[in-house]
Amino acid sequence: MKIAVLIKQVPATDKVKMDEKTGTMIRSEIESEMNPLDMYAVEEAVRLKEEHPDARVSVISMGPSQAIDAIREAISMGCDDGYLVSDRKFAGADTLATAYTLSAVINELGGFDLIFSGERATDGETGQVGPSVATQLGIPVVTYVSKVEEVKSGIIRVHRSIEGGKEIVEVSLPALISVIKEINEPRIPNLSGKIKARAVRIPILTADDVGVSLDKVGLSGSPTRVVKIFYPKLSRSGKILRVQNVESVVEELVDFMRSRGVL
Amino acid sequence: MGTGYEGVWTLGEIRNGEISSVSYELLAWGKKLSDKLGVKLSSIVLGSNIKERIERLFHFGADVVYAVDHPRLEHFLPDVHARICEALVKEYKPEILIASATTYGRTIMPILAAKLETGLTADCTDLDIDTKERILLQTRPAIGGNVMATIKTPNHRPQMATVRPRAKRPLNPDRARKGELILKEYPTEFYRSQYRWISFEKDESSDSPIQEADVIVSGGKGMKDEKNFEMLYELAKMLDGAVGASRAVVDMGWIPYSHQIGLSGKTVSPRLYMAIGISGAVQHIAGMSSSEIIVAINKDPDAPIFKVADFGIVGDALEILPALLKRLSSDEGDTDG
Ligand SMILES: Cc1cc2nc3c(=O)[nH]c(=O)nc-3n(C[C@H](O)[C@H](O)[C@H](O)COP(=O)(O)OP(=O)(O)OC[C@H]3O[C@@H](n4cnc5c(N)ncnc54)[C@H](O)[C@@H]3O)c2cc1C
Ligand SMILES: Nc1ncnc2c1ncn2[C@@H]1O[C@H](COP(=O)(O)O)[C@@H](O)[C@H]1O
Repeated sequence: MKIAVLIKQVPATDKVKMDEKTGTMIRSEIESEMNPLDMYAVEEAVRLKEEHPDARVSVISMGPSQAIDAIREAISMGCDDGYLVSDRKFAGADTLATAYTLSAVINELGGFDLIFSGERATDGETGQVGPSVATQLGIPVVTYVSKVEEVKSGIIRVHRSIEGGKEIVEVSLPALISVIKEINEPRIPNLSGKIKARAVRIPILTADDVGVSLDKVGLSGSPTRVVKIFYPKLSRSGKILRVQNVESVVEELVDFMRSRGVL
Repeated sequence: MGTGYEGVWTLGEIRNGEISSVSYELLAWGKKLSDKLGVKLSSIVLGSNIKERIERLFHFGADVVYAVDHPRLEHFLPDVHARICEALVKEYKPEILIASATTYGRTIMPILAAKLETGLTADCTDLDIDTKERILLQTRPAIGGNVMATIKTPNHRPQMATVRPRAKRPLNPDRARKGELILKEYPTEFYRSQYRWISFEKDESSDSPIQEADVIVSGGKGMKDEKNFEMLYELAKMLDGAVGASRAVVDMGWIPYSHQIGLSGKTVSPRLYMAIGISGAVQHIAGMSSSEIIVAINKDPDAPIFKVADFGIVGDALEILPALLKRLSSDEGDTDG
């Protein structure tokens, strides 16, 4: 069984602080990490590999050259190999163009039985790349997967966490599964994993290598355009009370809620 | 792009056999757009045994409803839904198609956008029309609400977006309002699926999905103990809301992940968000800063949550909550409740 995991490198969020004056977030420096929600996809793929000895897990990431660090991190968690998809021509891609490029890479690598993605990237936060990749490959996608129950005879049975409960569905392989955090607890890489990750050669695939049509990649292949960026002021200048007497504070809170029509 | 694409469409959503409230919110968004463009507002609904429910879409603003009523649509088979939506869009050519950013909308829309090779903007908190260009302006938060971006789809049709639940209220229904119902039928091969729906298990702990709740009462590590969350459930019940949590609390196993608010959890915009014993780390604030009213209770006067609060109380949540519950339950005995 051939398994792929799609991961993205994003700006590290645990380094950001709030700017007291402007009420916006400040990033100390541009440090990057693997999208935290993609760790669950990596972990799930590695767990499946442990259950299915014939399985092989490849990591695929599109991004600048430093994204290779995220690929190595995934390999240190137990993936077998990795591919970095990197070319200036891919820059500025929206979800349709990103998914087009990734699906071309997947075809170039000969296709996979099972592809995992994260629920969403913490920078773009669209959650669209997984379903779009699957559609452009012509395979089904199952989103919001909180549990993989079984992979057997070309069928995967999963739980989807949706509004008000969970749905159990089966889908035929090949398929793309986008997972949510609830699915597992990602492992901390061990030493031998780290050593292996350092040693693995990670091919870099460019536009020429994957045979894409150039009008479908990067900014020119993206139907959407960002026309304005602005920074909302996060801070509100609300009333802050210190408790002297619990009852009177509660009374003020109730008055406040009444005055704003939420009680 | 004057290639015959005209009209604003919303994708209605059926949940447990009923048209779900997000469908009416979408019509409120759609009405704003269709009025500015001077075009019709239409809605798609796909389901099984839905015919009697369709009238309500007219009451809430739809001029036209494209409905497909078929037993195979009882459960969500993504390929079947996408195939039908694709056929409808190709036949009637709307210039705009919006859906709600629910698990349904966020699954079907990227599949559909890929099939139609058009743009899709996720989880918008505002939609408007650039009246000069007659183009959709899609505004959404990114990077944890730190940045707002306005996005256009200049050269592809339809222009597609999902919008965050609760970012707009439904219009007041007009029960006399009528519209045009177009019942569509498709051949059997449209209903073939690579999916097999097995079952649905209701999560007893959450009646209303947290992203659609009007009020969210959230607890953090400052609640000290899992047992104390009982008070939050009680408060949420009184306020007709849902219970949320910080990641710290989810990680300790006090409450399931589906309740986590923040960067790696859910993004919510309720009318009232109460953060109780939550420090207000940037990753938490990312998921709730667009709430209409924020109330915070925290022992530490320097807790960052107070920076985003409209009403803050510096004090011990474990003293304040019991008093608040008592105060509100004495109210319930009164006239208005
Ligand atoms: C990549 C990444 C993603 C993350 N995603 C999320 C996310 O989605 N959601 C999220 O919430 N966090 C997220 N976090 C974690 C986040 O950084 C914080 O660690 C977390 O939000 C802290 O939770 P807390 O406020 O409950 O706990 P703490 O930070 O420990 O705060 C507890 C607060 O309770 C107060 N308190 C204590 N006792 C009382 C009392 N008796 N009465 C009143 N107040 C009291 C304290 O003063 C303190 O402010 C993420 C972190 C990373 C690195
Ligand atoms: N550039 C990329 N390279 C590889 N995988 C990606 C990339 N962008 C997104 N993905 C995958 O798609 C998921 C959803 O991303 P997004 O649609 O950007 O929120 C991520 O969790 C990744 O699994």
